[in-house]
Amino acid sequence: MSKRLFVKGNEAAAMGAVEAGCRYYFGYPITPQSDIPEYLSRELPGLNGEFIQAESEIGAINMLLGASATGARAMTSSSSPGISLKQEGISYMAGAELPGVIINISRSGPGLGGIDASQSDYFQSVKGGGHGGYHIPVLAPNSVQEMYDLTMHAFDLADLYRTPVMLLGDSVIGQMKEALIANPRPVRELPAKGWAVRGKGGAEQRVVKSLFLGDGELEAHNWRLHAKYQVMKEKECISEEYETADARLIVTGFGSVSRIAHTAVTMARAEGMKVGLFRPVTLFPFPEQALAQAAARAGKVLVVELNTGQMVEDVRLSVGAAAQVAFYGRPPGAGSLPSPEELLEVIRKNYEGSAR
Amino acid sequence: MQQVFQRPQSLKDVQTHFCPGCHHGTIHRLVADAMDLHGVQDRTIGVASVGCSVFLYGYFDIDVVEAPHGRAPAVATGVKRAKPDSFVFTYQGDGDLAAIGTAEIIHAANRGEDITVVFVNNTTYGMTGGQMAPTTLVGQKTSTSPYGRDKSKDGSPIKMAELMAQLGGVAYSARVAVDSPKHVLEAKKVMREAFGYQAQGKGFSFVEVLSACPTNWGMNPLKANARIGEEMIPYFPLGVIKKEEAAD
Repeated sequence: MSKRLFVKGNEAAAMGAVEAGCRYYFGYPITPQSDIPEYLSRELPGLNGEFIQAESEIGAINMLLGASATGARAMTSSSSPGISLKQEGISYMAGAELPGVIINISRSGPGLGGIDASQSDYFQSVKGGGHGGYHIPVLAPNSVQEMYDLTMHAFDLADLYRTPVMLLGDSVIGQMKEALIANPRPVRELPAKGWAVRGKGGAEQRVVKSLFLGDGELEAHNWRLHAKYQVMKEKECISEEYETADARLIVTGFGSVSRIAHTAVTMARAEGMKVGLFRPVTLFPFPEQALAQAAARAGKVLVVELNTGQMVEDVRLSVGAAAQVAFYGRPPGAGSLPSPEELLEVIRKNYEGSAR
Repeated sequence: MQQVFQRPQSLKDVQTHFCPGCHHGTIHRLVADAMDLHGVQDRTIGVASVGCSVFLYGYFDIDVVEAPHGRAPAVATGVKRAKPDSFVFTYQGDGDLAAIGTAEIIHAANRGEDITVVFVNNTTYGMTGGQMAPTTLVGQKTSTSPYGRDKSKDGSPIKMAELMAQLGGVAYSARVAVDSPKHVLEAKKVMREAFGYQAQGKGFSFVEVLSACPTNWGMNPLKANARIGEEMIPYFPLGVIKKEEAAD
C-alpha cells in the first residue's frame, strides 16, 4: 500500500532504507544529515534491527562492513568531512565486493567549510574517493520522492553488483520538505549471497577480504572489478530530460541545482528560447550516451554546478567534439545558491552564442 | 594406545608463515583449543586485522572477515549485531589495536559488545619491520626509536589489559604469556575462560598475550623467549585483571 506523506528528504531516505529491508544502521552525528540517524534510532529497534551511534565515521563504516559481510542489508550516512573519514572503509568494501549504502548529504568545503548546499564532492564521489582505483555507483536525487525511491534502488544495485553505493545530496535535498508517495519496495530478482560469512557449519570456509598477494591475483581482481564497472555503464545509467527534443541549448546539472535550472529553463521557454534540461540521475555510471545524443542535436551544452567545475569534465568527455560546452558555477558558501533569474541570465548569454 | 595430544579441529593442517621463535603459532593453537572446547567452530566468524596475523583465514578453519588496520572491533561489532547467534573474535597486534585502532577497541569494549578480543603484544610492529609500537618498552631500540624509546617524547608503553578493565562494558580482561610450559598452560586456561564468557553470553572478553618477535628484536628465538620474562612481564604483569559474573 502506498502512503502519502509530507516529510524531509533525509527522513524519506531513512524510510526508503527501512522499506528496502535495511535493519542495520551505523552513524555519527553531523549536520545536515542527522535526521537520518535520529529517524532510524527510533524505528529500527522496533523492527528487530540494530542502531549504533558509532565512536566515529571510521567506526560506523567498519560496522557497516561487518554487518554487510554477513549478508545483511545495512547503511551509514554522513556529510562531507565524515565521508572523507569513511573513504578507507569504502575502499575496503569495494575491494572485498561488499554491498552497502552510504548517504552523503554533502556540505561545502574544503576543510570544515560550511553547511550550505554544495556539489564540491562530485570528484570524491564518482572518481573513487579512497585509494586503489575503484568506482561505486553514485545516485543524485533532486527531490524528496527520489530520496526515498533511489535509496531503495541503491540497496538493489548494491546487492546486484556486490558494491557499496552512494546517494549524493546536499542540504537543499536533505532538509527540504515535500510530498512523498511511499510506495512499497519494487520486486527485483537479486543474486543469492553465497559469499556471506555465516559460521561455516560443515560446509566450505568463506573469507571476505581484499588482500590478494598471489602471483597475478590482484591484477585479475582489478580486471574483474573493471568488467563490473563496464556492465554498470551499459545497464545502470539513469537520466531525465526536459524540453530537449528541439533544444538548441542543453542546460545540465544534477541534484539541487537541477531544480533551479528547471525553473530557469521554463522561464527561458516562456521567452521563446529553445532550451532544454538534461539531468544525470546516476553520476557513476555517467549517462554519457544519452547526454551525447541530446548535446549533438542541440550543438551546445551549459553545465551548471555548485562548485568551480567538476561534472563539467565528464560532460566534455561525453560530448567530445559534437557540441560546445560552457560552464557556470557557484562555489559553495552562504548566499551562493543561484536564483532562477540568475541562471536565466546565464542561459540568455549562452543561447545567443549558440544560434547556428 | 591412547592418543593424548592432537591438532585442534579448528586449526588447519598447514605450515604457518611465521618466523622461527614467533609466538603467533602457539597463540593460534590456544585460540583454536578454546573454540574446540566450547564447540563454537561451526558458528565462529573470525575478524582478521592488519599485521602478521592478517592470514588468519589460512590457519583457522572458520569463516573470516578481514578488517582495515585497527578497525577489527568495529567490524566485529557489525558482524555480531547482524548475526547475534555467531561467535565472533578479533585477533590483533599492538600497532593495530593500541595505536591506529584505539578508538575502535575502547568503544567496542565500552559498549560491551559480546565478542572476544585476542591482543598480541610483542612490543613492536612485526609486519612492517620492527618499528616502535605503543607497547614498546622505555629504552627499547626499534627501527624508528634507534636511540631507545624516550619516555619524555614517546610516552610510556600502554597497558591495554588494565585499561580495558576500567571500562564498564568489559566482563573479562587478562594478560598471559606463552614463554614457558607453565605460562602456556595458564594462557590456555585464560583463553578458554575468555571464550567461555562469549559462549555463555556474558559480554566482552579481552586477552592480552605477551609474545616474542625474534626477527624484529634482533635476537635468536631462545634469547627472545627469555626477554619476555626478563623485561616484559615486570612491566606487563600477568594475571586476570577483571572477571565479572553475568549481569542479572
